[in-house]
Amino acid sequence: MKQEVDQQHPISMYLKVWLLLFVLSSFSYMVDYFQFQGILRWSLILVFMFVKAALILIVFMHVKWERLAMKLVIFLPPIAIVVLISLMYVEGDYIHFNRLASFIN
Amino acid sequence: MTTHKKQEEQVDGWQGVVNDWSAEKENFNMPWGKLMMWIFLLSDTFIFSIFLTGYMNVRLSNVALWPNVSEVFSLTIAGQHIPLILIAIMTFILITSSGTMAMAVNFAYRGDRQKAALLLAITAFLGLSFVGMQAFEWTKLIVEEGIRPWGNPVGAPQFGAIFFMITGFHGLHVSAGVILLAVIAKRVRQGRYDKQGFQIVEIVGLYWHFVDLVWVFIFAFFYLW
Repeated sequence: MKQEVDQQHPISMYLKVWLLLFVLSSFSYMVDYFQFQGILRWSLILVFMFVKAALILIVFMHVKWERLAMKLVIFLPPIAIVVLISLMYVEGDYIHFNRLASFIN
Repeated sequence: MTTHKKQEEQVDGWQGVVNDWSAEKENFNMPWGKLMMWIFLLSDTFIFSIFLTGYMNVRLSNVALWPNVSEVFSLTIAGQHIPLILIAIMTFILITSSGTMAMAVNFAYRGDRQKAALLLAITAFLGLSFVGMQAFEWTKLIVEEGIRPWGNPVGAPQFGAIFFMITGFHGLHVSAGVILLAVIAKRVRQGRYDKQGFQIVEIVGLYWHFVDLVWVFIFAFFYLW
């Protein structure tokens, strides 16, 4: 079956990705351990997070070897989540501002 | 006719999408269980995203001080005060279990059912130890720190609600995964899938990797932010 042929990757590939994930996790732990603050902290956390998530999705979950029709099923709907996050970010900021303003009054 | 059809299937990219959807056949060339698992994971993505978005909103709009997460989850090991160490260990365990899971899928498709079953069992064991550590963490927070879903002595009252909700829901996923992995490991070892093929291992694998994937986001947003 085509399916089974697709799965024939050498074990070393998984070990490499696993090692990479391990190192990236250590890095993100270091961000906290050395108490980086501000923009540097947030950007480092996000970068490590996205690289880890991408590695898990692409290699471990085999998305790389799926057809485009399948990738679209997985990646198109979450665009709605991005919209939600953006809206809620604006909303949260606005509520925060209003709360502070009401305390001043 | 068959050769023509094969050629058509091999085209990927946008032409492949058009072929897949317009041909009079199944749209996705995979076992139905795998497709359904992807659909389920997609819905789960939405659930966890909504939890995390709610958390973001609460944290943004809160005027009370958010607890210092690094301190709340610190442990004192051999007289050394180490911040966030338990969570780091849990992260490493989950990543390792993801690695063994990927290898189990690989061995299953090679037909090596002994190795596949062993790796599945290791994955289940690692998952179990993750749940155990989480139980320890919860106990510590509830008993020693007095953190409750409605309030806590260390800062913003929503901290407890968010923490128990998100990690509890993730922990439930891990627990369900451990049970599933144990059952599948046993069946693989008994040779139940020798005839019908080992797609089930890949399907369970997808679920397990997803649990790891969610943890990556929880670790970043809840524990590190």
